[in-house]
Amino acid sequence: MENLIDIRDVRHAYSTKSGPLPVLDGLNLSVPKGEFCAVVGPSGCGKSTLTRLVAGLMKPDEGEVWLHGELVKSPRKTVGMAFQNPVMLEWRSIIENVMLPLEIVANGMSKADKTARAMELLELVGLKGFEHKRPSELSGGMRQRASLCRAIVHKPDVLIMDEPFGALDNFTREDLWQTMRDLRAKEPFTCILITHDLRESVFLGDQVVVLSGRPARTQYVLDVDLPADRTIEILYEKQAVDMLHILRDQIRIAQGREAH
Amino acid sequence: MEKLQKIGVPILALVAFGLFWEFIVWVNGWPNYVMASPSDLPAAYIRFWDLFLIMGWQTLWRTVLGLLIAVVFGTLLGMAMGFSKIARDALYPLLVGFNAIPKATLVPVIALLFIGQHDFNTVLMAFLISFFPIAVSVGIGLSTLEPEYRDILRALGASKVTIFWKIALPKTLPEFFGALKVAVTLAFIGTNLVEIVSPHGRGLGALFKSGETNANYPLMFAVLIALAVLGIVLYYAVVALEKIFAGWAERPQS
Repeated sequence: MENLIDIRDVRHAYSTKSGPLPVLDGLNLSVPKGEFCAVVGPSGCGKSTLTRLVAGLMKPDEGEVWLHGELVKSPRKTVGMAFQNPVMLEWRSIIENVMLPLEIVANGMSKADKTARAMELLELVGLKGFEHKRPSELSGGMRQRASLCRAIVHKPDVLIMDEPFGALDNFTREDLWQTMRDLRAKEPFTCILITHDLRESVFLGDQVVVLSGRPARTQYVLDVDLPADRTIEILYEKQAVDMLHILRDQIRIAQGREAH
Repeated sequence: MEKLQKIGVPILALVAFGLFWEFIVWVNGWPNYVMASPSDLPAAYIRFWDLFLIMGWQTLWRTVLGLLIAVVFGTLLGMAMGFSKIARDALYPLLVGFNAIPKATLVPVIALLFIGQHDFNTVLMAFLISFFPIAVSVGIGLSTLEPEYRDILRALGASKVTIFWKIALPKTLPEFFGALKVAVTLAFIGTNLVEIVSPHGRGLGALFKSGETNANYPLMFAVLIALAVLGIVLYYAVVALEKIFAGWAERPQS
Protein backbone atom coordinates (compact mmCIF):
# COMPACT_ATOMS: atom_id res chain seq x y z
CA MET A 1 0.00 0.00 0.00
CA GLU A 2 1.13 3.52 -0.80
CA ASN A 3 2.24 5.56 2.18
CA LEU A 4 0.33 8.82 2.39
CA ILE A 5 2.62 10.27 5.04
CA ASP A 6 6.32 9.54 5.00
CA ILE A 7 8.67 11.13 7.47
CA ARG A 8 12.29 10.25 6.86
CA ASP A 9 15.18 10.86 9.24
CA VAL A 10 13.90 14.18 10.42
CA ARG A 11 16.10 16.25 12.68
CA HIS A 12 15.10 19.55 14.13
CA ALA A 13 16.39 21.94 16.78
CA TYR A 14 15.03 25.18 18.17
CA SER A 15 17.46 27.96 18.85
CA THR A 16 17.27 29.13 22.44
CA LYS A 17 19.34 31.56 24.51
CA SER A 18 21.47 28.69 25.79
CA GLY A 19 22.18 27.31 22.33
CA PRO A 20 20.29 24.98 20.02
CA LEU A 21 17.74 22.68 21.65
CA PRO A 22 17.33 19.51 19.59
CA VAL A 23 13.76 18.23 19.70
CA LEU A 24 13.67 15.67 16.92
CA ASP A 25 16.61 13.45 16.06
CA GLY A 26 16.05 10.59 13.70
CA LEU A 27 12.29 10.58 13.46
CA ASN A 28 10.79 8.10 11.00
CA LEU A 29 7.11 7.59 10.43
CA SER A 30 5.08 6.00 7.66
CA VAL A 31 1.31 6.07 7.53
CA PRO A 32 -0.45 4.23 4.70
CA LYS A 33 -3.46 5.86 3.11
CA GLY A 34 -6.53 5.69 5.31
CA GLU A 35 -4.64 4.53 8.38
CA PHE A 36 -4.77 5.99 11.83
CA CYS A 37 -1.39 6.59 13.43
CA ALA A 38 -1.28 7.37 17.14
CA VAL A 39 1.93 8.92 18.43
CA VAL A 40 2.80 8.65 22.11
CA GLY A 41 5.85 9.73 24.04
CA PRO A 42 7.04 11.46 27.19
CA SER A 43 6.07 15.06 27.85
CA GLY A 44 7.97 17.66 25.90
CA CYS A 45 9.51 15.19 23.49
CA GLY A 46 8.69 17.17 20.37
CA LYS A 47 5.33 15.66 19.45
CA SER A 48 3.79 19.03 18.69
CA THR A 49 6.71 19.90 16.46
CA LEU A 50 5.85 16.79 14.51
CA THR A 51 2.32 18.07 13.81
CA ARG A 52 3.64 21.40 12.59
CA LEU A 53 6.05 19.63 10.27
CA VAL A 54 3.36 17.48 8.70
CA ALA A 55 1.07 20.50 8.31
CA GLY A 56 3.86 22.30 6.49
CA LEU A 57 3.85 25.10 9.06
CA MET A 58 7.59 24.68 9.50
CA LYS A 59 10.46 22.95 7.76
CA PRO A 60 12.79 20.49 9.47
CA ASP A 61 16.49 21.29 9.74
CA GLU A 62 17.26 17.93 8.14
CA GLY A 63 15.27 15.08 6.68
CA GLU A 64 12.15 15.02 4.60
CA VAL A 65 8.41 15.05 5.10
CA TRP A 66 6.44 13.55 2.20
CA LEU A 67 2.72 13.80 1.76
CA HIS A 68 1.07 12.05 -1.16
CA GLY A 69 4.44 11.51 -2.77
CA GLU A 70 5.20 15.22 -2.65
CA LEU A 71 7.84 16.88 -0.52
CA VAL A 72 6.15 19.20 2.01
CA LYS A 73 7.59 22.68 1.77
CA SER A 74 4.69 24.93 2.70
CA PRO A 75 1.12 24.63 4.01
CA ARG A 76 -1.24 22.57 1.83
CA LYS A 77 -4.96 22.89 1.53
CA THR A 78 -5.42 19.17 2.07
CA VAL A 79 -4.70 19.18 5.77
CA GLY A 80 -7.06 19.48 8.72
CA MET A 81 -5.96 20.33 12.24
CA ALA A 82 -7.44 19.93 15.71
CA PHE A 83 -5.81 20.88 18.98
CA GLN A 84 -6.34 20.37 22.69
CA ASN A 85 -7.78 23.89 22.68
CA PRO A 86 -10.87 23.65 20.44
CA VAL A 87 -9.93 27.09 19.04
CA MET A 88 -13.52 28.16 18.55
CA LEU A 89 -14.06 31.61 17.08
CA GLU A 90 -16.33 32.94 19.82
CA TRP A 91 -17.98 35.54 17.57
CA ARG A 92 -19.27 32.90 15.17
CA SER A 93 -22.02 30.36 15.66
CA ILE A 94 -21.08 26.68 15.75
CA ILE A 95 -21.98 26.07 12.11
CA GLU A 96 -20.10 29.18 11.01
CA ASN A 97 -17.10 27.85 12.88
CA VAL A 98 -17.35 24.53 11.09
CA MET A 99 -17.64 26.26 7.72
CA LEU A 100 -14.46 28.32 8.24
CA PRO A 101 -12.08 26.10 6.22
CA LEU A 102 -14.53 26.03 3.32
CA GLU A 103 -14.28 29.82 3.14
CA ILE A 104 -10.57 29.42 2.50
CA VAL A 105 -10.27 26.36 0.27
CA ALA A 106 -13.63 25.92 -1.43
CA ASN A 107 -14.24 29.21 -3.20
CA GLY A 108 -16.46 27.71 -5.85
CA MET A 109 -18.80 26.00 -3.42
CA SER A 110 -22.23 27.57 -2.97
CA LYS A 111 -23.33 28.77 0.44
CA ALA A 112 -26.10 26.18 0.49
CA ASP A 113 -23.63 23.37 -0.24
CA LYS A 114 -21.27 24.59 2.46
CA THR A 115 -24.10 24.70 4.97
CA ALA A 116 -25.30 21.23 3.96
CA ARG A 117 -21.79 19.81 4.30
CA ALA A 118 -21.33 21.37 7.75
CA MET A 119 -24.75 20.17 8.88
CA GLU A 120 -23.99 16.64 7.71
CA LEU A 121 -20.93 16.51 9.97
CA LEU A 122 -22.61 18.19 12.92
CA GLU A 123 -25.31 15.56 12.72
CA LEU A 124 -22.70 12.80 12.66
CA VAL A 125 -21.11 14.02 15.89
CA GLY A 126 -24.46 14.63 17.59
CA LEU A 127 -24.53 18.41 17.50
CA LYS A 128 -27.72 18.75 15.49
CA GLY A 129 -29.85 21.47 17.07
CA PHE A 130 -26.82 23.32 18.39
CA GLU A 131 -25.63 24.71 15.06
CA HIS A 132 -26.76 28.27 15.76
CA LYS A 133 -25.46 28.38 19.33
CA ARG A 134 -22.35 30.32 20.28
CA PRO A 135 -19.33 28.24 21.34
CA SER A 136 -19.51 29.76 24.84
CA GLU A 137 -22.94 28.16 25.26
CA LEU A 138 -21.55 24.64 24.70
CA SER A 139 -19.66 22.30 27.00
CA GLY A 140 -15.99 21.51 26.45
CA GLY A 141 -16.78 18.15 24.89
CA MET A 142 -19.29 19.68 22.49
CA ARG A 143 -16.83 22.38 21.47
CA GLN A 144 -14.28 19.69 20.76
CA ARG A 145 -16.80 17.83 18.59
CA ALA A 146 -17.38 21.02 16.61
CA SER A 147 -13.62 21.43 16.33
CA LEU A 148 -13.36 17.91 14.85
CA CYS A 149 -16.06 18.76 12.31
CA ARG A 150 -14.17 21.86 11.31
CA ALA A 151 -10.95 19.88 10.91
CA ILE A 152 -12.51 17.53 8.35
CA VAL A 153 -15.20 19.68 6.72
CA HIS A 154 -13.08 20.29 3.61
CA LYS A 155 -12.36 16.57 3.23
CA PRO A 156 -8.64 16.75 3.94
CA ASP A 157 -6.37 13.81 3.08
CA VAL A 158 -4.64 14.19 6.38
CA LEU A 159 -6.11 14.95 9.76
CA ILE A 160 -3.56 16.10 12.31
CA MET A 161 -4.67 16.06 15.92
CA ASP A 162 -2.58 17.32 18.80
CA GLU A 163 -4.03 15.90 22.03
CA PRO A 164 -7.57 16.85 21.02
CA PHE A 165 -9.16 15.06 23.97
CA GLY A 166 -6.51 15.92 26.56
CA ALA A 167 -8.54 18.52 28.42
CA LEU A 168 -11.73 16.46 28.70
CA ASP A 169 -12.92 14.30 31.54
CA ASN A 170 -12.64 10.52 31.12
CA PHE A 171 -16.23 9.74 30.17
CA THR A 172 -16.48 12.59 27.67
CA ARG A 173 -13.17 11.45 26.26
CA GLU A 174 -14.43 7.90 25.72
CA ASP A 175 -17.54 9.32 24.04
CA LEU A 176 -15.35 11.27 21.68
CA TRP A 177 -13.21 8.22 20.89
CA GLN A 178 -16.36 6.52 19.67
CA THR A 179 -17.39 9.60 17.73
CA MET A 180 -13.97 9.56 16.12
CA ARG A 181 -14.35 5.88 15.23
CA ASP A 182 -17.77 6.54 13.67
CA LEU A 183 -16.46 9.51 11.73
CA ARG A 184 -13.73 7.37 10.26
CA ALA A 185 -16.24 4.83 9.07
CA LYS A 186 -18.06 7.54 7.12
CA GLU A 187 -15.23 9.85 6.14
CA PRO A 188 -12.04 8.25 4.93
CA PHE A 189 -8.99 10.18 6.03
CA THR A 190 -5.47 9.45 7.09
CA CYS A 191 -4.78 10.55 10.60
CA ILE A 192 -1.94 11.43 12.92
CA LEU A 193 -3.00 11.65 16.53
CA ILE A 194 -0.66 12.96 19.20
CA THR A 195 -1.72 11.73 22.61
CA HIS A 196 -0.61 11.05 26.17
CA ASP A 197 -3.27 8.45 26.68
CA LEU A 198 -2.18 4.87 25.90
CA ARG A 199 -5.75 3.53 25.95
CA GLU A 200 -6.71 6.19 23.48
CA SER A 201 -3.83 5.22 21.21
CA VAL A 202 -4.85 1.56 21.24
CA PHE A 203 -8.56 2.23 20.82
CA LEU A 204 -8.16 4.61 17.89
CA GLY A 205 -4.87 3.65 16.28
CA ASP A 206 -4.02 1.22 13.51
CA GLN A 207 -0.46 1.70 14.59
CA VAL A 208 1.03 3.28 17.68
CA VAL A 209 4.39 4.99 17.39
CA VAL A 210 6.36 5.46 20.59
CA LEU A 211 8.80 8.36 20.53
CA SER A 212 11.83 8.48 22.79
CA GLY A 213 12.46 11.33 25.21
CA ARG A 214 13.83 14.55 23.79
CA PRO A 215 15.37 14.69 21.24
CA ALA A 216 12.71 12.36 19.92
CA ARG A 217 13.37 9.48 17.58
CA THR A 218 11.09 6.64 16.60
CA GLN A 219 11.63 4.14 19.38
CA TYR A 220 8.95 1.56 18.80
CA VAL A 221 6.08 0.87 16.41
CA LEU A 222 3.14 -1.25 17.49
CA ASP A 223 0.64 -2.62 15.01
CA VAL A 224 -2.78 -2.58 16.55
CA ASP A 225 -4.40 -5.71 15.21
CA LEU A 226 -7.94 -5.07 16.41
CA PRO A 227 -11.16 -4.88 14.34
CA ALA A 228 -12.09 -1.47 12.94
CA ASP A 229 -15.46 -1.46 14.68
CA ARG A 230 -13.97 -1.89 18.13
CA THR A 231 -15.86 -0.92 21.26
CA ILE A 232 -14.55 0.46 24.54
CA GLU A 233 -14.98 -3.04 26.06
CA ILE A 234 -12.20 -4.35 23.87
CA LEU A 235 -9.74 -2.34 25.95
CA TYR A 236 -10.41 -4.75 28.83
CA GLU A 237 -9.69 -7.87 26.79
CA LYS A 238 -6.39 -9.69 26.87
CA GLN A 239 -5.18 -8.72 23.41
CA ALA A 240 -5.57 -4.99 24.12
CA VAL A 241 -4.28 -5.25 27.66
CA ASP A 242 -1.12 -6.97 26.39
CA MET A 243 -0.58 -4.10 23.98
CA LEU A 244 -1.06 -1.57 26.75
CA HIS A 245 1.59 -3.37 28.79
CA ILE A 246 4.03 -3.26 25.91
CA LEU A 247 3.37 0.44 25.38
CA ARG A 248 3.70 1.15 29.09
CA ASP A 249 7.12 -0.51 29.10
CA GLN A 250 8.18 1.40 26.02
CA ILE A 251 7.17 4.69 27.63
CA ARG A 252 9.23 3.81 30.72
CA ILE A 253 12.20 3.20 28.48
CA ALA A 254 11.52 6.48 26.68
CA GLN A 255 11.48 8.24 30.02
CA GLY A 256 14.87 6.74 30.73
CA ARG A 257 13.66 4.28 33.36
CA GLU A 258 13.98 0.54 33.52
CA ALA A 259 11.36 -1.58 31.80
CA HIS A 260 9.57 -4.21 33.86
CA MET B 1 -38.47 44.25 38.75
CA GLU B 2 -34.96 43.73 37.40
CA LYS B 3 -35.41 46.55 34.92
CA LEU B 4 -36.76 48.85 37.60
CA GLN B 5 -33.69 48.12 39.67
CA LYS B 6 -31.39 48.80 36.72
CA ILE B 7 -32.86 52.26 36.17
CA GLY B 8 -34.02 53.06 39.68
CA VAL B 9 -30.78 52.39 41.56
CA PRO B 10 -28.58 54.79 39.57
CA ILE B 11 -31.27 57.50 39.74
CA LEU B 12 -31.53 57.05 43.49
CA ALA B 13 -27.76 57.34 43.78
CA LEU B 14 -27.82 60.56 41.74
CA VAL B 15 -30.55 62.04 43.89
CA ALA B 16 -28.68 61.06 47.05
CA PHE B 17 -25.54 62.70 45.70
CA GLY B 18 -27.44 65.92 44.88
CA LEU B 19 -29.00 66.02 48.32
CA PHE B 20 -25.63 65.45 49.96
CA TRP B 21 -24.10 68.28 47.93
CA GLU B 22 -26.99 70.61 48.85
CA PHE B 23 -26.63 69.62 52.50
CA ILE B 24 -22.88 70.27 52.64
CA VAL B 25 -23.31 73.76 51.15
CA TRP B 26 -26.19 74.52 53.50
CA VAL B 27 -24.50 73.24 56.64
CA ASN B 28 -21.35 75.23 55.99
CA GLY B 29 -23.35 78.29 55.03
CA TRP B 30 -21.26 78.75 51.88
CA PRO B 31 -22.42 81.64 49.74
CA ASN B 32 -22.76 81.27 45.97
CA TYR B 33 -19.32 82.68 45.24
CA VAL B 34 -17.61 79.96 47.26
CA MET B 35 -19.58 76.95 46.16
CA ALA B 36 -22.82 76.73 44.22
CA SER B 37 -25.46 74.23 45.32
CA PRO B 38 -27.65 72.08 43.07
CA SER B 39 -30.64 74.34 43.64
CA ASP B 40 -28.72 77.18 41.96
CA LEU B 41 -28.23 75.22 38.77
CA PRO B 42 -31.69 75.30 37.11
CA ALA B 43 -31.58 79.10 37.03
CA ALA B 44 -28.16 78.97 35.36
CA TYR B 45 -29.37 76.45 32.78
CA ILE B 46 -32.49 78.47 31.97
CA ARG B 47 -30.57 81.70 31.57
CA PHE B 48 -27.78 80.26 29.38
CA TRP B 49 -29.64 77.44 27.67
CA ASP B 50 -28.82 78.61 24.10
CA LEU B 51 -25.16 78.85 24.99
CA PHE B 52 -25.22 75.37 26.48
CA LEU B 53 -26.63 73.94 23.27
CA ILE B 54 -24.15 75.72 20.98
CA MET B 55 -21.10 75.12 23.16
CA GLY B 56 -22.13 71.60 24.00
CA TRP B 57 -22.38 70.74 20.33
CA GLN B 58 -18.93 72.25 19.66
CA THR B 59 -17.38 70.21 22.44
CA LEU B 60 -19.17 67.10 21.25
CA TRP B 61 -18.23 67.15 17.57
CA ARG B 62 -14.61 68.02 18.22
CA THR B 63 -14.28 65.24 20.76
CA VAL B 64 -15.87 62.69 18.44
CA LEU B 65 -13.79 63.79 15.45
CA GLY B 66 -10.59 63.64 17.51
CA LEU B 67 -11.56 60.21 18.77
CA LEU B 68 -12.32 58.93 15.26
CA ILE B 69 -8.89 60.01 14.05
CA ALA B 70 -7.39 58.36 17.14
CA VAL B 71 -9.23 55.13 16.31
CA VAL B 72 -7.88 55.03 12.75
CA PHE B 73 -4.36 56.06 13.67
CA GLY B 74 -4.24 54.01 16.86
CA THR B 75 -5.47 50.87 15.08
CA LEU B 76 -2.91 51.24 12.29
CA LEU B 77 -0.13 51.80 14.83
CA GLY B 78 -1.36 48.85 16.87
CA MET B 79 -1.36 46.66 13.77
CA ALA B 80 2.22 47.66 13.00
CA MET B 81 3.24 46.82 16.56
CA GLY B 82 1.20 43.64 16.65
CA PHE B 83 2.64 42.17 13.49
CA SER B 84 6.23 43.37 13.56
CA LYS B 85 8.57 42.91 16.48
CA ILE B 86 10.86 45.56 15.05
CA ALA B 87 8.03 48.09 14.99
CA ARG B 88 7.13 47.09 18.54
CA ASP B 89 10.68 47.53 19.82
CA ALA B 90 11.03 50.84 18.00
CA LEU B 91 7.70 52.39 18.92
CA TYR B 92 7.06 51.33 22.50
CA PRO B 93 9.53 53.64 24.29
CA LEU B 94 8.51 56.48 22.01
CA LEU B 95 4.84 55.96 22.73
CA VAL B 96 5.26 55.52 26.46
CA GLY B 97 7.38 58.67 26.59
CA PHE B 98 4.85 60.63 24.60
CA ASN B 99 2.04 59.37 26.76
CA ALA B 100 3.88 60.43 29.91
CA ILE B 101 4.03 64.09 28.83
CA PRO B 102 1.26 66.02 30.58
CA LYS B 103 -0.86 67.11 27.67
CA ALA B 104 -1.48 70.55 29.23
CA THR B 105 2.12 71.37 28.32
CA LEU B 106 1.33 70.72 24.68
CA VAL B 107 -1.44 73.31 24.53
CA PRO B 108 0.90 76.31 24.14
CA VAL B 109 3.05 74.35 21.69
CA ILE B 110 0.07 73.55 19.51
CA ALA B 111 -1.37 77.02 19.93
CA LEU B 112 1.88 78.53 18.66
CA LEU B 113 2.20 76.08 15.79
CA PHE B 114 -1.29 76.64 14.50
CA ILE B 115 -2.19 80.12 15.65
CA GLY B 116 -5.90 80.83 15.74
CA GLN B 117 -6.89 77.41 14.39
CA HIS B 118 -9.04 76.73 17.40
CA ASP B 119 -11.10 73.89 15.94
CA PHE B 120 -8.06 72.21 14.49
CA ASN B 121 -6.07 72.56 17.71
CA THR B 122 -8.86 71.13 19.79
CA VAL B 123 -9.40 68.12 17.54
CA LEU B 124 -5.65 67.58 17.43
CA MET B 125 -5.43 67.52 21.23
CA ALA B 126 -8.39 65.16 21.55
CA PHE B 127 -6.61 62.87 19.12
CA LEU B 128 -3.15 63.15 20.71
CA ILE B 129 -4.40 62.33 24.17
CA SER B 130 -6.55 59.36 23.19
CA PHE B 131 -4.77 57.26 20.56
CA PHE B 132 -2.32 55.68 23.01
CA PRO B 133 -4.61 53.15 24.75
CA ILE B 134 -6.05 52.11 21.38
CA ALA B 135 -2.64 51.52 19.82
CA VAL B 136 -1.39 49.56 22.82
CA SER B 137 -4.45 47.35 23.17
CA VAL B 138 -4.68 46.54 19.47
CA GLY B 139 -0.93 45.84 19.44
CA ILE B 140 -1.13 43.54 22.45
CA GLY B 141 -4.29 41.87 21.17
CA LEU B 142 -2.65 41.01 17.87
CA SER B 143 0.73 39.97 19.24
CA THR B 144 -0.79 37.66 21.86
CA LEU B 145 -3.04 35.81 19.43
CA GLU B 146 -2.64 32.12 20.34
CA PRO B 147 -0.66 30.30 17.64
CA GLU B 148 -3.41 27.69 17.19
CA TYR B 149 -5.78 30.37 15.95
CA ARG B 150 -3.29 31.32 13.27
CA ASP B 151 -2.41 27.69 12.50
CA ILE B 152 -5.91 26.47 11.68
CA LEU B 153 -5.98 28.94 8.78
CA ARG B 154 -2.27 28.92 7.92
CA ALA B 155 -2.37 25.14 7.49
CA LEU B 156 -4.92 25.73 4.73
CA GLY B 157 -2.60 28.14 2.97
CA ALA B 158 -4.56 31.27 3.97
CA SER B 159 -2.78 34.58 3.48
CA LYS B 160 -1.83 36.92 6.32
CA VAL B 161 -4.53 39.34 5.20
CA THR B 162 -7.20 36.62 5.37
CA ILE B 163 -6.03 35.58 8.83
CA PHE B 164 -6.20 39.20 9.94
CA TRP B 165 -9.77 39.77 8.71
CA LYS B 166 -11.21 36.42 9.72
CA ILE B 167 -9.49 35.89 13.05
CA ALA B 168 -7.08 38.51 14.39
CA LEU B 169 -9.35 41.52 13.92
CA PRO B 170 -12.56 40.10 15.42
CA LYS B 171 -10.63 38.45 18.22
CA THR B 172 -9.09 41.82 19.17
CA LEU B 173 -12.44 43.65 19.25
CA PRO B 174 -13.12 43.18 23.00
CA GLU B 175 -9.71 44.64 23.87
CA PHE B 176 -10.28 47.39 21.34
CA PHE B 177 -13.55 48.43 22.91
CA GLY B 178 -12.04 48.28 26.38
CA ALA B 179 -9.44 50.76 25.18
CA LEU B 180 -12.06 52.84 23.40
CA LYS B 181 -13.89 53.34 26.69
CA VAL B 182 -10.72 54.80 28.16
CA ALA B 183 -9.97 56.76 25.00
CA VAL B 184 -13.37 58.43 24.78
CA THR B 185 -12.98 59.88 28.26
CA LEU B 186 -9.44 60.99 27.48
CA ALA B 187 -10.50 62.66 24.22
CA PHE B 188 -13.16 64.52 26.13
CA ILE B 189 -10.56 65.76 28.61
CA GLY B 190 -8.28 66.81 25.72
CA THR B 191 -11.01 68.83 24.09
CA ASN B 192 -11.89 70.64 27.28
CA LEU B 193 -8.27 71.26 28.11
CA VAL B 194 -7.80 73.28 24.93
CA GLU B 195 -11.16 74.97 25.29
CA ILE B 196 -10.36 76.15 28.81
CA VAL B 197 -6.70 77.02 28.45
CA SER B 198 -6.57 78.69 25.05
CA PRO B 199 -7.81 82.28 24.85
CA HIS B 200 -10.98 83.04 22.89
CA GLY B 201 -11.88 79.36 23.06
CA ARG B 202 -15.17 77.80 22.18
CA GLY B 203 -17.15 74.91 23.56
CA LEU B 204 -18.20 74.11 27.11
CA GLY B 205 -14.65 74.68 28.33
CA ALA B 206 -14.83 78.29 27.17
CA LEU B 207 -18.22 78.66 28.81
CA PHE B 208 -16.67 77.46 32.05
CA LYS B 209 -13.88 79.99 31.63
CA SER B 210 -16.31 82.84 31.06
CA GLY B 211 -18.25 81.77 34.14
CA GLU B 212 -15.00 82.01 36.09
CA THR B 213 -14.12 85.42 34.60
CA ASN B 214 -17.51 86.77 35.55
CA ALA B 215 -17.48 85.11 38.96
CA ASN B 216 -20.69 83.30 37.96
CA TYR B 217 -20.25 80.21 40.10
CA PRO B 218 -23.61 78.63 39.38
CA LEU B 219 -22.74 78.80 35.67
CA MET B 220 -19.37 77.12 36.29
CA PHE B 221 -20.97 74.28 38.19
CA ALA B 222 -23.73 74.01 35.61
CA VAL B 223 -21.00 73.55 32.96
CA LEU B 224 -19.31 70.88 35.05
CA ILE B 225 -22.56 68.96 35.31
CA ALA B 226 -23.17 69.37 31.58
CA LEU B 227 -19.67 68.02 30.92
CA ALA B 228 -20.38 65.04 33.15
CA VAL B 229 -23.63 64.35 31.30
CA LEU B 230 -21.92 64.61 27.91
CA GLY B 231 -19.16 62.32 29.16
CA ILE B 232 -21.73 59.75 30.25
CA VAL B 233 -23.50 59.97 26.89
CA LEU B 234 -20.26 59.40 24.99
CA TYR B 235 -19.23 56.54 27.23
CA TYR B 236 -22.50 54.71 26.85
CA ALA B 237 -22.45 55.30 23.09
CA VAL B 238 -19.22 53.28 23.08
CA VAL B 239 -20.82 50.65 25.31
CA ALA B 240 -23.72 50.38 22.83
CA LEU B 241 -21.29 49.94 19.93
CA GLU B 242 -19.44 47.30 21.94
CA LYS B 243 -22.68 45.40 22.48
CA ILE B 244 -23.29 45.38 18.73
CA PHE B 245 -19.81 44.45 17.53
CA ALA B 246 -18.32 42.53 20.43
CA GLY B 247 -21.41 41.37 22.29
CA TRP B 248 -20.24 37.78 21.84
CA ALA B 249 -17.45 38.39 24.35
CA GLU B 250 -20.01 38.89 27.10
CA ARG B 251 -20.52 35.69 29.02
CA PRO B 252 -24.13 34.63 29.25
CA GLN B 253 -25.23 35.46 32.80
CA SER B 254 -26.35 32.55 34.84
